[in-house]
Amino acid sequence: MVRGADIVVKSLIAENAAYIFGYPGGAIMPVYDALYDYSDQIKHVLTRHEQGAIHAAQGYARVSGEVGVVLATSGPGATNLITGLADAQIDSTPLVCITGQVAAHLLGSDAFQETDVVGLSMPGTKWNIQVRSVEEIAPAIAKAFHIAKTGRPGPVLVDITKNAQVEFGEFNYVPCQKIRSYRPYQPIKEQLIADAAALIDSAERPYLLFGQGVVLSHAEEELKDFLDKTGIPAACTLLGSGALPESHPNYVGKLGMHGNYAPNLLTNKCDVLIAVGMRFDDRVTGDLKRYAKQAKVIHLELDPAEIDKNVKCTVPVLGDCKKSLKLLTSAVKNNAHPEWMEKFRELEGQEREAVVANDLHGTHGGLHMGEVIHLINKFKEKDAVLVTDVGQHQMIAWRYFDYKTTRTQVTSGGLGTMGFALPAALGAQLHDYSKQVICVVGDGGIQMTIQELGTIMQTKAPVKVVLLNNNYLGMVRQWQQLFFDKRYSFTELENPDFIKIAEAYSFKARKVTEREDLEAAVAEMLVQEGPYFLEVVVEKEDNVFPMIATGCSVEEVRLS
Amino acid sequence: MERYTILVYTENFIGILNRITIIFTRRGININALTASESRLDGIHKITIEVTVTPEQIEQLVKQIEKIVDVIKAYFFMDDEVVYQEIALYKIPIESLDPSLEKVIRQFNAHIIAAEKEFVVLEFTGHKEDTQALLEILKPFSLLEFSRSGRVAIAKPKFSVQEFLNNQT
Ligand SMILES: Cc1ncc(C[n+]2csc(CCOP(=O)(O)OP(=O)(O)O)c2C)c(N)n1
Ligand SMILES: [Mg+2]
Repeated sequence: MVRGADIVVKSLIAENAAYIFGYPGGAIMPVYDALYDYSDQIKHVLTRHEQGAIHAAQGYARVSGEVGVVLATSGPGATNLITGLADAQIDSTPLVCITGQVAAHLLGSDAFQETDVVGLSMPGTKWNIQVRSVEEIAPAIAKAFHIAKTGRPGPVLVDITKNAQVEFGEFNYVPCQKIRSYRPYQPIKEQLIADAAALIDSAERPYLLFGQGVVLSHAEEELKDFLDKTGIPAACTLLGSGALPESHPNYVGKLGMHGNYAPNLLTNKCDVLIAVGMRFDDRVTGDLKRYAKQAKVIHLELDPAEIDKNVKCTVPVLGDCKKSLKLLTSAVKNNAHPEWMEKFRELEGQEREAVVANDLHGTHGGLHMGEVIHLINKFKEKDAVLVTDVGQHQMIAWRYFDYKTTRTQVTSGGLGTMGFALPAALGAQLHDYSKQVICVVGDGGIQMTIQELGTIMQTKAPVKVVLLNNNYLGMVRQWQQLFFDKRYSFTELENPDFIKIAEAYSFKARKVTEREDLEAAVAEMLVQEGPYFLEVVVEKEDNVFPMIATGCSVEEVRLS
Repeated sequence: MERYTILVYTENFIGILNRITIIFTRRGININALTASESRLDGIHKITIEVTVTPEQIEQLVKQIEKIVDVIKAYFFMDDEVVYQEIALYKIPIESLDPSLEKVIRQFNAHIIAAEKEFVVLEFTGHKEDTQALLEILKPFSLLEFSRSGRVAIAKPKFSVQEFLNNQT
């Protein structure tokens, strides 16, 4: 017989969890006590805030494809997880969060640090459960892992009352293989593959859009094979970046509000649109009433609820895109679309002249964010992971980072959570100390979770933090400039001395204000063994272009 | 907008009703009526939801409901595809009992199911339009209280939750 708390830890070990990201407190103390005995089998990372813990687990899950594990106490510990849950839910990130809860006999009595965690977390979890007795613990955790990682992944939460943690029970771990009410994978209908193939073969201007579904399904090779055979131009969403190397001949760029010019504009010129593992987010589609109305749409998607949600499709190919892409590749004819591809390249040239050249090769005035990313590309390793926060720096880093391998893009896409990057970079780095993890963050967002510099210090994770400091909540300022008559209402920041802060946390730190110092600084950072903090003071009022303003159509993408 | 009946078969899991209703709340959709009870199958619950939405909305709602891990299956039907009933109870003070009320009771085929010193309780079962019609008639009789259930429904098209469970791969 072992204590419930030991069962919690042994269950996590049985699921091969390598890391727990957490923060202790009264209602979870028995589990923390148990952890003390298993530190040789599972590592615990003490963050500085529970939001940091869950974002770190997200970063870990995103680069590894494994389930991220989070531990927190009841009440405020649990409520501090909510932002991360919502983020992981909308970005399909597999997490198992375990929260302590007051003893079962106190439930509903407004006991100290009691909060209705199951109720609060319901909209932000794929599944959640409260466990009130010791024998329920292992089955609940087994179910939690199964649900988190199968089908469309997502966060789950297991709330465990304190009495269950201290009761004694048998430990006999049975992994969950199947839940009768839960169908994570849909069988692929052969007829639909045939229909899709016929449409693709007869198309004159076919166009493929891929999203994170390709990464989640490990379908990168299948995507490449399909593109090689069909010659179809392909563009990616924010979270799809990395699924296809940007050097691939069919790759034409990025979709959405701050994506590339051609991929947005030509969405309304294709005749067949093939969407793979993406959900037609409004930041991708702009005005839906004027989105790809001319095209027949083929949607390869795992989640039935995404079919016809935003864009009506002609051929809904439900199922795992790893399988459906493979089937589709064997069903279609060899093809090429050189003239159609040429259209993309022409417009790409226009974007290069109007936007990119200046973004990447500034000569006078303040530094541009793009110049920093351009230099990072020059010195980074091939499989370096880019972790970004939310704002202008996120869009610029995404636009210009040279994605060469999969699972190198970690950012908060669907929720747009400022404060995500620093802890997520820590989690990404812990998965593999030998990988380069570059965390690009704004002066606003870093201050939302800046305390996680302490966690990086304590774990010695060699994260490279690149702070792009424009002294503004830049993205909001850009909107104020463009849509609110330059009324910069509460977006300018009086910032601390970031270098002193970084140094206080034992980072090697450097601040760059001049163009001529930038290259050497970036180079120095990327050969540094340990953590490094590079602050680059950039032009205060730069804007991100191209842009599709809210309510506009993809055709109305503007270059300035 | 159309009126639909959604039939949801679920595991008997704490919080499942909450998970289902927040799908409606989030989209600002009002549930007209909701009934939950055990189904014919052991351990499986049946929830009947009546809702007035567009055809696009009903498709989305049902997909979102089916996405819930502990939901086994969800179906939706138009009114003419289901046989459904709602039960209504009407509490009327004794002083209101007069021959014209007898006529109403007969006409509607309603039942007196309880008689107390101060009031009687009428029971009447039918579609909402019918129970509503009786309500309007009874209002002038100083009606004290009125209570109506959500719909219980049986679908006309053939489907079997048992079969669905057996076919699970
Ligand atoms: C938690 C949170 N609060 C508010 C916002 C709205 N928001 C989006 S971008 C942004 C500005 C970010 O500023 P900064 O981190 O300095 O990045 P920059 O845009 O300047 O690169 C804000 C406030 C958000 N996305 N997340
Ligand atoms: Mg800023």
